[in-house]
Amino acid sequence: MMFACIHGPCAGLPQIAAAFSPAFEQTAPDTVVFRVDGLQRMHGSPRQIADAIARQAGDELNIAIAETADAAILAARNFPGVTVAPSLNGLDISTLPLTDEMAAVFESWGIYTLDQLAQLPETGLAERFGPSGVYLQQLARGAIHRPLKIFQPETTYEDRIELDHPVSLLEPLLFLIARLLNDQCARLLSNAMAANEVTIRLELEDSTEHTLTLRLPVPMRESKSLLKLLQMDLEAHPPTGPTIALALSLKPVHPRTVQTGIFLPVTPAPDKLELTLARIRGIVGENNVGIPELLNTHHPHPFRLANAQPQIANPQSPIPNPQHAFRYFRPPLPATVELERNRPLRITASGIHGKVLNAAGPWRTSGDWWTTTAWNRDEWDIALSNGALYRIYSNPHWFIEGSYD
Amino acid sequence: MNPNAARVTTLGLCPDAKIRQCLPTGLASLDALLSHGQNAGFPRGAISEILGPESSGRTTLVHSLLAASTAQLEICAYVDTDDSFDPVSAAAAGVALSQLVWIRCGHNAGHALKAADYLLHAGGFGAIVLDLCQVPPRISNRIPISYWYRFRRAIENTPTILALAEKEPIARSCAALMLDTERKKTIWTGAPGCSLLREVELEAASRKPVRPAAAAFNARSLA
Repeated sequence: MMFACIHGPCAGLPQIAAAFSPAFEQTAPDTVVFRVDGLQRMHGSPRQIADAIARQAGDELNIAIAETADAAILAARNFPGVTVAPSLNGLDISTLPLTDEMAAVFESWGIYTLDQLAQLPETGLAERFGPSGVYLQQLARGAIHRPLKIFQPETTYEDRIELDHPVSLLEPLLFLIARLLNDQCARLLSNAMAANEVTIRLELEDSTEHTLTLRLPVPMRESKSLLKLLQMDLEAHPPTGPTIALALSLKPVHPRTVQTGIFLPVTPAPDKLELTLARIRGIVGENNVGIPELLNTHHPHPFRLANAQPQIANPQSPIPNPQHAFRYFRPPLPATVELERNRPLRITASGIHGKVLNAAGPWRTSGDWWTTTAWNRDEWDIALSNGALYRIYSNPHWFIEGSYD
Repeated sequence: MNPNAARVTTLGLCPDAKIRQCLPTGLASLDALLSHGQNAGFPRGAISEILGPESSGRTTLVHSLLAASTAQLEICAYVDTDDSFDPVSAAAAGVALSQLVWIRCGHNAGHALKAADYLLHAGGFGAIVLDLCQVPPRISNRIPISYWYRFRRAIENTPTILALAEKEPIARSCAALMLDTERKKTIWTGAPGCSLLREVELEAASRKPVRPAAAAFNARSLA
């Protein structure tokens, strides 16, 4: 095998390398390396190949041809002009990627050049420095055969269309969005990526912009699902005027990887579930769908609804004994309570009234007095003559908070 | 062979004719009540109705069902028609909240039915609870029976359980299981004047399929 390396301060190094090989590695901003085996029939000997590269690259750049990629890189970085099948023996050891500690040890051993390093016993080097010592010696010998890390131009996930005529209806707009989305999802797929954020920017006829951002709880790359989500979002938040241009951008992230098991129960597919929850949000409201989360507080409502997708928890211990469930009345029912010796005797509220047969309380709670959402109340658990169990509280007005069921 | 018997089986009107997978609740007495040969618990791929008046233990039973399902690493959903769900008592009953989708429908039964429809057709859920406990019978009785046929059709041949919690039966012939719940006793501890609600004794009886015995179990209070 034969590799050529071009080194020097030039912004157009990838273009020069691409003129000789479609597959090249950009080792550093000022260094590219590529295989030149196949160029012999076109240009001739390695020297003639090097001359051809030099003609393309110019005089300021160093060019080296060697049997391995790393030997070519070392030669191009340390020998000016054109070098073919160079000898690395006389090069200073500081040309290798040494740590400060290794440089100090080599200096104490009296090792200054690559040929001195190449002659050291390999076992001893491995014992002293581990794998990195062996790697350095192989580098000094020019004996590292590795595949090139092929240069990939950075993929952009942003497209824009200017329209000949303004579009005011959603359906033709979706047709255009689908076109952009299909292209970008194909790019995501070819790069093994997914998107967790989709932004669509509509430029309107009245010179304003309408921007929608879709944040996905799980990365997706199926254009149909994304289009449906965008459609629902646009239906909920339509633009205020006809569109004259639109831009779509995706935020690429690595796709979620899940370890599945043959004996694990089937769960909803994340993209399908997100689509379903988006549809339900369209009916019941944005903030009414999610995962319940407990909060670390003594507040009467120590939980919130998090906008997230369900996740399988770690396998739990056996199911505990049944706990008496509670049901909230939202909002709490205002009630009129007759007291006897400061204990509830009779209660009347909308649809609920009766004599209190038994009562436990008062349980006094208060908190957040340093904020505007302070609470301070006395709670009672009561059994009513209608057969139900309720939790009531006073703050100082009486309310029925809910029932035990 | 009696041709009528064949017709009854084909229409699916005889729940015992089909061997279904079941989800045990972990409550020995209830599982014994709901046993079908080797299987015991709530039937999968079918509608179950949990019935009873206020404070009869319907929600406690629903939490036990959700706890059993999430313990099997399944994803569940709670369609909360009247915003009455209490995550604290559900977590205490063993429900893994991270595996539960909570949908608050703001006292709108129509929205609850639509949400349940979307969830059932999405597939992949272990149990879906449609909480209609606080929906007045004058509204729940107006729900067209076609909804329940549609729901039954959506989940048959899937492992999903659709549990309806309500005061009176509404799915009727579409339900494979109807459980009546009743609170038998409330246990208060402490002297009068400083007592504490300790626990309740609950009882569940199977109305469909008809079983002569009832299952009794206790539920501890959170306080």
